[in-house]
Amino acid sequence: MSRGATIGMALVVLLVVATLSLFVGVIDLDPKKLLNPDELELLIVSRLPRTLAVLITGSALAVCGTIMQLLVRNRFVEPMTAGTGQGAMLGILIAILYFPTTPLIVQISIAAATALISSIGLMLIVTRLPSSKPLYIALVGLIYGGIIGAGVTFVAYQADLLQYIEIWTTGEFSGVLQGRYETLWIAAIVALLAYLIADQFAIVGMGRTTAISLGLNYNQVVVLGLITISIVTALTVVTVGMIPFVGLVIPNIVSRLYGDNARRTLPITAFFGASLVLVCDIIGRLVRYPFEIPVGTIMGVVGALIFLWILYGRGRHAR
Amino acid sequence: MISVQNLTHQLGQQTILNELSLSIPKGKVTALVGANGAGKSTLLSLIARLMKLQKGQILIDNMSVGDTPNDALAKKLSILPQSIHMEPRLTVRELVSFGRYPHAKGRMQPGDREKVAEAIKVLDLVDLADRQLDTLSGGQRQRAYVAMTYAQDTDYMLLDEPLNNMDIAASRALMRVLRDLCAHHGRTIVIVLHDINYASAYADNVVALAEGKIDQQGTPLDVVDSAFLQRIYGTAAKVHILDDRPFVQV
Repeated sequence: MSRGATIGMALVVLLVVATLSLFVGVIDLDPKKLLNPDELELLIVSRLPRTLAVLITGSALAVCGTIMQLLVRNRFVEPMTAGTGQGAMLGILIAILYFPTTPLIVQISIAAATALISSIGLMLIVTRLPSSKPLYIALVGLIYGGIIGAGVTFVAYQADLLQYIEIWTTGEFSGVLQGRYETLWIAAIVALLAYLIADQFAIVGMGRTTAISLGLNYNQVVVLGLITISIVTALTVVTVGMIPFVGLVIPNIVSRLYGDNARRTLPITAFFGASLVLVCDIIGRLVRYPFEIPVGTIMGVVGALIFLWILYGRGRHAR
Repeated sequence: MISVQNLTHQLGQQTILNELSLSIPKGKVTALVGANGAGKSTLLSLIARLMKLQKGQILIDNMSVGDTPNDALAKKLSILPQSIHMEPRLTVRELVSFGRYPHAKGRMQPGDREKVAEAIKVLDLVDLADRQLDTLSGGQRQRAYVAMTYAQDTDYMLLDEPLNNMDIAASRALMRVLRDLCAHHGRTIVIVLHDINYASAYADNVVALAEGKIDQQGTPLDVVDSAFLQRIYGTAAKVHILDDRPFVQV
């Protein structure tokens, strides 16, 4: 299938699912009565913000997964498990413990800063690993994220904040209302800005020698990439919580189907990411209707299945 | 001309390059040879600005490495990357197109596309142009990377031990391509070679390094003889002359 046809189809699918998302919920929303004040209010205050939040989160996280995989030069890492997400959690914890009264944007900034420090830490470790052993990088990423996550849990336990922290470790969209998700638009803008230098990320993905040979400021591109990842991750974790797997699974699927030319593939990546998270969110709303299962949990199951399919699907690319 | 003056490079307490001065002529194939640890890869990496200059000066046609902006040097000098472990999923044409990045900055003009087509043709990749890199053999992939550096359209091309893990057919093919780029396309090639026979067979100019200094420089015929092999590599080998080229009996 040509890339244009794929984008067209991805758009149609996304539109259908997004429309569906507007009408799935505890309160029945009749499409014919949309213009009634009550129905309109429900749509504008709850359903539309939730759907938009899911779309932004899914697309931005998938794009960030691609960027991180290019920077680290390994297909089995993603921000939510390799330390960036845990770094953001640490920042939230610091903000709660030491600056509880500061405005939201300051707390997000603290989370983004700790996420960035944590990502730079991962980069420094990864560049010292042999590139001939790709699994080392994937495992070290998981362990690194796990250690920071454990530190966060320990401090939260000491401070009797475990339940509080739970809100951010399990991503879900049920709390999204008008006025409580708009910071996510910053994530959308940051991901869009990153797309402007997609070529540079693709070149960095070919290695430091190639990047320098082609005249790139290698360190600058890496730092820009890490900043992008950190801001998007921090905004996501603060607003809806950790959403694993989308940043891992979608870039791998897109790379397998359409290759690694980031400028061509990042729009597809964003579409696929948005669709996957949206489908998982709708499943979460329906499985135990009228109760909800967090999207992070559904994504864990769906993501693991897709990932196994990637690993076993075609031997030639499995590495 | 690449002119290296009083280059000193240290790694911890160890001196890798010691007050090394050298000029590499334009329009020729220059091979850097020497024993392991003699400093040839370090020298190449410094010329290629892959490592930070510690002491000394490197001029590439009067552009000073370290003072000239990276993207300006990218139009003057390209580096062929060593084989990489995570091969990007790109077609040959996409890879070669990235070679235009220093000129096009992501906005390819018709002229850039012509250059890409020319690179694909010169390196005999027309039939493979739309294949994915990871479906190619090692030698074909190497050629695709050479095509990328060709499309970059730089006067100087640097290669660090490109014959590693290549069989004799692929090695000879690559060396012939480099000779052709030099003879017919005016490129200056600087190449680090392990195998002294490839250097003698294909280089115009051999630069031998020992203990961080230049031991000898000249045509293969001037440089490569039994005494040289004893001195540089510490091995006693016979050298035969065939068609005005020295050959080491291995």
